[in-house]
Amino acid sequence: MDAIVIEDIPQQVNANANLVWRGRRIDLDFLVGIGDADFIVTVRHGRIEAILLRRLPTQSGRFSIRAAADVWADFWLPVPPRDRHDLFSMVAAGLAELDGDLLPLMQNLQYFKDVLASPRAAAKD
Amino acid sequence: MPDYEPITGRYFSMDVAGESLRIYLEEAGSGIPLVCLHTAGSDCRQFRHLLCDPAVTDHFRVIAFDMPWHGKSNPPKGYQDREYQLTTKLYKQTVNAFCQALALERPVIMGCSMGGRVVLHLALEQPDDFRAVIALEGADKLEAYYDTDWLHRPDIHGGEIAAAFVSGQIAPQSPGEYRHQTLWHYMQSGPGIFKGDLYFYWKDGHFDDRSAEIDTNRCPVYLLSGEYDSSCTPERTRATAARIKGSKPTVMPGIGHFPMSENPALFRQHILPVLDEIRNSR
Repeated sequence: MDAIVIEDIPQQVNANANLVWRGRRIDLDFLVGIGDADFIVTVRHGRIEAILLRRLPTQSGRFSIRAAADVWADFWLPVPPRDRHDLFSMVAAGLAELDGDLLPLMQNLQYFKDVLASPRAAAKD
Repeated sequence: MPDYEPITGRYFSMDVAGESLRIYLEEAGSGIPLVCLHTAGSDCRQFRHLLCDPAVTDHFRVIAFDMPWHGKSNPPKGYQDREYQLTTKLYKQTVNAFCQALALERPVIMGCSMGGRVVLHLALEQPDDFRAVIALEGADKLEAYYDTDWLHRPDIHGGEIAAAFVSGQIAPQSPGEYRHQTLWHYMQSGPGIFKGDLYFYWKDGHFDDRSAEIDTNRCPVYLLSGEYDSSCTPERTRATAARIKGSKPTVMPGIGHFPMSENPALFRQHILPVLDEIRNSR
């Protein structure tokens, strides 16, 4: 289910002109871990070019954001419950882990938060 | 004539720790003084809805002010040569100087977040100076969940990262208009100010070892926290209340860390009964 939800991200982000504009200086890959599965999210000029299941250790990204599958499932609900409603609420509650070079994440924190939350809009469609 | 809001804004200067500070305040209403303290990295605009609520201002003289370095209050002379850092001592001195400058007699004092922490210190040390204290999103023990160095460095926009961090502290149910007004205040904060405030909020302000000494018979303590607050969580609020005998905790469902500014309509349902109780006691 979650793998299907994360695949909504490119369509939701790329259809959001303001969000793409806010990310216009971002060109990188980052990892989203859903349980044991890592996905590589490729960002080019704010657009999400691809989301692919990571199959080899040599496929990597600048930083990673990992949480359990049920945490992401709650995060993507139209009205998520407390502690699972925001990336850093998940971090504060010990439900998400960050690794790697966090500088680009912090430089564009609201952009990445909004990218991750974008499937909520699909859930409302 | 425009349809003016009832809020009046004024400036004055006061001395704190040997320095003259130009302070901006907003007030409305008459009756029991109700001093409002804003959150870390923000300013007194957070209380605009309370200042415009006749159910409050018919009975209370509501006064909110920008802390030095915040909003329209100036930083002290020579600020450019030092790093801002709010300590427990300096915060208490500032609040006391403000109340004394306005010659307020036993005001109610209500603060949010760092303001909600300092009012607990004041209840402990000056129980007879305040009619009651209201801690919004305030606890005696907290834990940092990110490194505040991220908030002030030249390769990250300080306003945008502050707003991006606290955006997760707003409940998803809160109206978008008020969510983004709350974030706007953070985007406008001066460089390093949110970080300097968090020194008090996350480090210097702990006093769970002494909070049990608060005498709520002399100074009633109310604790109101939002369900979606990730720092002053409902659990930390209840733990604080358990240590402060006689304090009255409320967890507000569907609200985050900024009740008065993120969802004013829902917040008033919780704060009006508290204000009524304070008004009708003593």
